[in-house]
Amino acid sequence: MVEIDLKRVDEMIERYKGEEGVLIQLLLDIQSEFNWISKEAITQISERMQIPKSQIYRIASFYEAMSLEPVGRHIIQVCLGTACQVRGAPKILDRIEGDLKIKGGETTPDMRFTLKRVNCLGCCAMGPVIVVDGIYHGKITPAMVEGILETYE
Amino acid sequence: MLRINSKEELKALRTNITSKRDLSKPYITICSGTACHATGSDAVAAAIQAELEKQGLTEDVGVRRTGCHGFCERGPIIVIYPGELCYLNVTPEDVPEIIAKTIKENEIIERLLYYDSSTGERIVHEHEIPFYKYQTRVVFSGNLWVDPANIDDYIALGGYQALAKVLHEMTPEEVLEEVKSANLRGRGGGGFPAGRKWESTRNATGKPKYVIVNCDEGDPGAYMDRSIMEGNPHRVLEGLIIAAYAIGSQQGFVYVRQEYPLAVKNLAIALEQAREYGFLGKDILGSGFEFDVKVHRGAGAFVSGESSALMNAIEGKVGEPRPKYTHTSDSGIWDKPSSLNNVETYATVPLIIRKGADWFNSIGTEGSKGTKIFSLVGKVNNTGLVEVPMGTTLRDIIYKIGGGIRGGKKFKAVQTGGPSGGVIPEQYLDTPVDFDALTKLGSMMGSGGMIVMDEDTCIVDIARYFVDFLCNESCGKCVPCREGLKRMREILNGIVAGKGREGDIELLKEIADVMKSASLCALGTTAANPVLSTIRYFSDEYEAHIRDGRCPALVCKDLISFYIDPDKCTACRLCMKNCPEGAIEGDKRVIHVIDQTKCIKCGICYDVCPSKVGAVMKISGEPVPPPIPEAERGIERRKEKGEGRKEEKGEKERGEGKGQKAKGEGGRDER
Ligand SMILES: Cc1cc2nc3c(=O)[nH]c(=O)nc-3n(C[C@H](O)[C@H](O)[C@H](O)COP(=O)(O)O)c2cc1C
Ligand code: SF4
Ligand code: SF4
Ligand code: FES
Ligand code: FES
Repeated sequence: MVEIDLKRVDEMIERYKGEEGVLIQLLLDIQSEFNWISKEAITQISERMQIPKSQIYRIASFYEAMSLEPVGRHIIQVCLGTACQVRGAPKILDRIEGDLKIKGGETTPDMRFTLKRVNCLGCCAMGPVIVVDGIYHGKITPAMVEGILETYE
Repeated sequence: MLRINSKEELKALRTNITSKRDLSKPYITICSGTACHATGSDAVAAAIQAELEKQGLTEDVGVRRTGCHGFCERGPIIVIYPGELCYLNVTPEDVPEIIAKTIKENEIIERLLYYDSSTGERIVHEHEIPFYKYQTRVVFSGNLWVDPANIDDYIALGGYQALAKVLHEMTPEEVLEEVKSANLRGRGGGGFPAGRKWESTRNATGKPKYVIVNCDEGDPGAYMDRSIMEGNPHRVLEGLIIAAYAIGSQQGFVYVRQEYPLAVKNLAIALEQAREYGFLGKDILGSGFEFDVKVHRGAGAFVSGESSALMNAIEGKVGEPRPKYTHTSDSGIWDKPSSLNNVETYATVPLIIRKGADWFNSIGTEGSKGTKIFSLVGKVNNTGLVEVPMGTTLRDIIYKIGGGIRGGKKFKAVQTGGPSGGVIPEQYLDTPVDFDALTKLGSMMGSGGMIVMDEDTCIVDIARYFVDFLCNESCGKCVPCREGLKRMREILNGIVAGKGREGDIELLKEIADVMKSASLCALGTTAANPVLSTIRYFSDEYEAHIRDGRCPALVCKDLISFYIDPDKCTACRLCMKNCPEGAIEGDKRVIHVIDQTKCIKCGICYDVCPSKVGAVMKISGEPVPPPIPEAERGIERRKEKGEGRKEEKGEKERGEGKGQKAKGEGGRDER
């Protein structure tokens, strides 16, 4: 599990000093650096920026891209956008869910993988697409899944 | 970089840039859009750099990394100038040969060229490839030549001249008039006239005023906004600054989704360079006009792309729609007059200013002028981004540009307009595509997603897919949308599971009516479109599911079974090895049989069974034939009986009968 360094959070808050409407931006910064947003980080933001925790939770839970739970060492995103859908994305998801024995949105008990369902990664011509730790794999078939996931410890 | 203080200085800069460029010198452009990036354009670029260094050619050969060329399916793409030689699917291993032969000897490498399977010819030039040949690239054209990280490339193509013209030769009112008489309609969904929107924001009393770029692109399956923003961000910025001048705004926002990291990055670079040259900031181009732009990253939520929701998000609030008692042109961000347009809308503006409203009006149809970029994806041969004049027929887009349906399959429908759009069946393929024609057919333009579906796509399942999508994306604020979608999802889930009931279709229509009239934002009012349009054109498919428990496209898991044809099975054991459930019994020289009680219908056996054999069948609406008795499963023995199955296999009989098993679906021929 990636601990969230609260000093880093302070630095991030500092960057937006004096600006309005920055809460979403700040949460996105934390999410993209640590892949999740912890309770402690939210308390910290709430205190430093004088924003009620409830408001922060409301935003963090509204956006699918923000995660309030720690995530695994590797993040798999399976595109279920329309273009990938018609090219067989559900079969890919089924296969990954079956192999890892978790559902979309969940993390394996050994913290190896977190599986996310996303809507369109913007390279629909290559569908079906999955992204593992930022690396795109296009035109994949259920049979290719095992080989791709094997390479991640 | 020096600051540009006048129209003349901009002209001089352009001359200076172009005069330094030797057009006879070889130039390699490498597409570095997201899709090509994903297929390895970085490695190709690195290999080109390394090879040029090795050969001591770095001084003699130019290299430029551009945005998306649109033909992402065949990436990584490189185009070599002069001559516009286009190589597709390039790998780092091809690079030494490209340098040695094409760059040094002017020799063409046939195998890397586009192969036209209909004529059997190889095509050398990018613009002659059918995918490009039938397009009219106006807004998207810059992507082929511009390095998005280098503002000089954009200036060399005449960039920011429209801005100079506007600031020095036109009053804001004249700009409004020009855009109004061009009849530019918004490219992000509704098709509202941009000029009118700008005018009402200009006329609103509040101050300050805001202008906003919508690069949320929530439509799953469309990616033109991303490609413009990544590949040619200055064209969007130029349009935005012009809009700001016309409206009287000093502050702009670009709302771009976090999931588009390259767009975020290239936009940031573009803003910085535009500031250095003085296209943003105080006293732009020496005109006294002041304007700057902030970037706001969004986190993919479909509803946040709606205008009032997006404005909420910019204020730092949850990106949900607001009740619209007032227009955002009066009361938008922080209750100030705000004008929002889509990326493509802004990108069109500099062209209208430079070439004039008359030019723009000369392209397109009566009610929809100019060109539109479509994201042509799904089951077509050539997928990618396609820019055509409004009024081009669906057939031309799908067949001439898209090269028809993959794997020789039959066209079923094309879905346009994103999750709130609809499907269009074959009989309307000759419809000229524009805002009004698509609406008339029960679909809409939306942002330009065009998802082609073939006979293997289940229409009911697609309706269920969109309703499911919208159900997850509905912000839940208003009851008709929230509850209506939930009910629709329940009903559709029932139908695809074989639990449909008589009356379901009528019920769906009834819910649709309520949602249409009583929802707060356009997500809710249009959410029933996918359901209504599929019922309108494919009621027989609904009926088959409901009445006969049959899925004609052989997709809905609860209504299909997998079955191995004992007459075709060669006992190669592939399916058995791949079945994740151990549901297949068999052995060497023993015909394989699926245990229906164990089968989870994942379809892997169907995909792995060699296409020449094609023994695994999908069936629906009929009972699975009983397994053949164990005593008869031995292959030799049956052969002695004179059944000679092996001799009979072959492509001929494949794909006949109920279309059950024409050449693979999904993975099988997609590879
Ligand atoms: C649910 C919903 C989602 C939308 N998503 C987008 C989007 O992702 N991008 C976009 O440009 N417009 C989107 N729109 C349309 C915008 O509300 C708005 O009409 C548009 O951005 C205005 O720009 P235009 O007039 O240039 O098209 C969406 C509308 C709705 C109702
Ligand atoms: S893959 Fe096909 S031929 Fe091979 S055993 Fe399975 S059904 Fe028979
Ligand atoms: S569909 Fe899947 S589970 Fe069923 S037999 Fe084929 S491989 Fe096994
Ligand atoms: S739909 Fe999967 S990348 Fe667009
Ligand atoms: S990303 Fe290269 S063609 Fe689209």
